[in-house]
Amino acid sequence: MPQTVLLVGTRKGLFILESDDRRDWKARGPLCEGWPIYHAILDEEGTIYAAAASEWLGSSVWRSSDMGETWEQSSEGLNYEGVDGLKLNKISSLAAAHGKLYVGAESVGLFDSSDGGKTFSLVSTLDGAPGREVWNDPAMQPPGHLGLSAILPYPDSPDHLRVIVQGNSIFDTDDGGKTWTPRNKGLRRDWPPPENPEVGFCVHKLAPSPVDSERWYQQNHVGTWRSDDGGHTWNEITEGLPSDFGFACSAHPHDRETFYTIPLDPGHGRTMHDGRASVWRTRDAGSSWQRLGNGLPDHDAHLGVLREGMTADSQDDFGLYFGTSTGQVYASTDEGDSWSEIASYLPSISSVKVATVG
Amino acid sequence: MADVHLPSTLRPLFDGLPRHVDVEAPTVLEAIAELDRRWPGLRDRLCGEGPSLRRHIHVYVDGERGDLGTAVPANARVEVIAAISGG
Repeated sequence: MPQTVLLVGTRKGLFILESDDRRDWKARGPLCEGWPIYHAILDEEGTIYAAAASEWLGSSVWRSSDMGETWEQSSEGLNYEGVDGLKLNKISSLAAAHGKLYVGAESVGLFDSSDGGKTFSLVSTLDGAPGREVWNDPAMQPPGHLGLSAILPYPDSPDHLRVIVQGNSIFDTDDGGKTWTPRNKGLRRDWPPPENPEVGFCVHKLAPSPVDSERWYQQNHVGTWRSDDGGHTWNEITEGLPSDFGFACSAHPHDRETFYTIPLDPGHGRTMHDGRASVWRTRDAGSSWQRLGNGLPDHDAHLGVLREGMTADSQDDFGLYFGTSTGQVYASTDEGDSWSEIASYLPSISSVKVATVG
Repeated sequence: MADVHLPSTLRPLFDGLPRHVDVEAPTVLEAIAELDRRWPGLRDRLCGEGPSLRRHIHVYVDGERGDLGTAVPANARVEVIAAISGG
């Protein structure tokens, strides 16, 4: 029987939630010696990778080829030794494709590994990309800066990648990282533009539709957006949501028109509005929105969800999951109409990623 | 031989790493390099680019705060400490 596995990255280690039926869940953890986990993924070979960054012992990629029973870690090559005075402060994002493991870092850089996470090579520090001259300056960064906060490989070629530089831009490369093109046309910002107005956008999360390569969604600092041309141009779809701000979002795995986002209060707290836990859904690509809260706490619930905190599996009756900054994980197997709490007392959650195995 | 004491949080990361190790090396940097030869990857846990000691890793040689360039006399006690923070 296939098993659903949730990799839950927290401030105090990785946790694995497992279920045969997506109703009863068992939790294992903390794994990775309790290091803060910013992102964790399962590759096609069945290896778990976790991007970890310890305040004391630095950054390292942990890996397990037996579903978390045993672990190794390596950071060989994960540094900016000799590169323009850069310092690697943390690793924050992972992706696996074309037989490679990709790692995103702060200071902003992209690394890859061709030997399953044993050794790493620097692919690019995005030299020449607009904004590059300021984005590694601590004075220009938000607290907790993630640097290269997302990596989205394209299926057509290992040279074709999309990344997010936090607080700056979406960039594409089609030459393996030699050159980078901003992909922000149509986005709005609520602050003065930088010298090059093609960049200077705060993109939190990209959610491509798994069934239509032209359809992308994104949640950013000042709105929710849709693209119908593969992310070359963006159209705002925020109207009808309770706020512009949010981090986590997810595309429906089978329907290009359906998309989920979790609006947050844009103030300092960045928690769900009015203490009511809510996910918002559109079934018409952003023309209208429905609040989904059945089964979620509806008062005194000041929950935050970070950019990698929401995920959807690919089963026919697919599951949708999100993890909170207060350690709860919620799941829905009816497209968000109802929710159940499947973990209650984990450490603060940074990322949730689902896989179906077996 | 210097007696190098290591943070307990390192031990789960490296097979067979004891709490303290006898090392013969003229400086802290070379002592860490020797440990890295025996337990590959250990240097990266203590040092970042430069190399420089990570921000919250402190080294004391015979009770005096040191850095990577600090000399390690024969029979010195070298303590590598993951600094306490938070609360």
